[in-house]
Amino acid sequence: MPRSVEELQDIAKRVRRDIVQMIGAAKSGHPGGSLSAVEILVELYFDFMRIDPKNPKWPDRDRFILSKGHAAPVLYAVMAEAGYADTPLDQLNTLRKLGSVYQGHPDVRFIPSLEASAGSLGEGLSLALGMGLAARLDGRPFRTYVLLGDGEIQEGQVWEAAMAGAFHKADNIVAIVDYNGIQLDGFVKDIMEVAPLAEKWRAFGWHAIEIDGHDLPSVRKALCEAESTKGKPTCIVAHTIKGKGVSFMENNPKFHGMAPTPAEVELALQELR
Amino acid sequence: MPARTRFDLKPGPATREAFGRTLVELGRENKDVVVCDADLSKSTMTTYFAKEFPDRFFSCGIAEANMVGVGAGLASAGKIPFVSSFSVFVMNKGFEQLRVCVAYPKLNVKVVGTHSGISIGEDGPSQMSVEETALACSLPGFVVLSPADEAATKALVRAAAAHIGPVFIRTGRPKAPIVYDAGQVFEIGKAIELIEGRDVAIIANGLLVAESIRAAEALEAEGISARVIDMHTVKPLDREAIRRAAEDTGAIVVAEEHLADGGLGVRVAQVVAETSPCPMEFVGIRDAYAESGQPGELMEKYGLVARDVAAAARKVVARKR
Repeated sequence: MPRSVEELQDIAKRVRRDIVQMIGAAKSGHPGGSLSAVEILVELYFDFMRIDPKNPKWPDRDRFILSKGHAAPVLYAVMAEAGYADTPLDQLNTLRKLGSVYQGHPDVRFIPSLEASAGSLGEGLSLALGMGLAARLDGRPFRTYVLLGDGEIQEGQVWEAAMAGAFHKADNIVAIVDYNGIQLDGFVKDIMEVAPLAEKWRAFGWHAIEIDGHDLPSVRKALCEAESTKGKPTCIVAHTIKGKGVSFMENNPKFHGMAPTPAEVELALQELR
Repeated sequence: MPARTRFDLKPGPATREAFGRTLVELGRENKDVVVCDADLSKSTMTTYFAKEFPDRFFSCGIAEANMVGVGAGLASAGKIPFVSSFSVFVMNKGFEQLRVCVAYPKLNVKVVGTHSGISIGEDGPSQMSVEETALACSLPGFVVLSPADEAATKALVRAAAAHIGPVFIRTGRPKAPIVYDAGQVFEIGKAIELIEGRDVAIIANGLLVAESIRAAEALEAEGISARVIDMHTVKPLDREAIRRAAEDTGAIVVAEEHLADGGLGVRVAQVVAETSPCPMEFVGIRDAYAESGQPGELMEKYGLVARDVAAAARKVVARKR
């Protein structure tokens, strides 16, 4: 039974509350780039991907790789809300604490249901391509989705992988760029401009789609278009807002890598009621 | 197997050639074996595999970082990827990816570096890998192998494929003297004592195994009884063989075609220090990049031939008196 957009929006709000609370409890972490990716992950995990949280190693499951590993809180919250056994909802607030499964960046040693460990930027697209090539070789139907940061794609390896993905006609992989315009040191345009993004991916041989990354039906539509695009991989350039949903975090570079204070957590939770 | 006393050490195929041939055999036996190469397949010899199994050979272009990541993705989805390039490129340009994408999640990726050491000859230092054993050994969970000849390479490539977890195999460009019979059994982590000896133990791998055998034969004529051990597995080390060698002989030489800093020598020294401390000498490249030249000339100039091993053995034997 597919979920309605309203239901997905409710889940997205819960996920945002989880993110703010867990990073607040950890007193460190990356709220901005977690909040910008909420709708993308909610659409994937609660609507679009063929997955079974009760059977996380199902060979034909779709894969999701969080290449921008510092946004771990959004992935943890989404997986916890989705009911994976190794991402308990009641432990989200142990994020970044000794002994927690919720490591600072995704770590398959602690959460086997994750598809990849991450944290060093620029590497997830290569992993996705390897998974896509294996799927094709084995005749398996699964598709692999990878979320990249817009700052992350400054890494050269991303473009090695982009070239290789098109060369190998890996139409079973989808790159999604969380284009929120901000990285640690400031605005992407001031640190190392990545625009024009869609044109870059097209020049590398990809099908590229630009969407509003906070509009759930647009995300879904783009994922459908990617699935029906044959002979080349697809990149979804998702225009997003860093810190989306919390007024004082939105478009504020400070909240790339700074935890909210207890008072800010309270304020944020009031906004996210 | 009883230790042999005579070796003819005739030139045999290069270890990279043995790797390429074995890869084809593995491909026939197991459809999950796949190969990634970075535009060097005609040199790494993965070209044999590419010809027979084009669907399972992934050309990655001159982009080693991505290649290692692709290998990790393939392994994550159940394949047994052999990721190959010159040692210097796959290990240095792919190191970060080997660390985060392969070692950290402990994925079943087999990394095979060819053209290791200075014996590649004329191409010079930019292509000469003299630090990759140190780099590979610094990756937790990695098995690191350095075969001496064709038979060793064939057996160890097979052992690597059967092992579950990341492996680095160090192979070379030039013809490798034949040390082993085809039937020799190899086990990861189990050193092979090639010559028995009481006065000094020479622990070597790769091309230095043959040089050490020649050195031991020369030393025998002088009345020095030298044990020769092939430490084909640099990680995990055969600690028991090292402890026994230290206790039995009280003098150890380690010989390798690698920087003396960070290679087999310092790893053996750690085990000697932890078990049965004794004088040691090291044959390796001393804190320098080499140069262009013929392989044999370079091995002579940089102190990696039998004469150098024998000199180190005499020195360490003198030190224990």
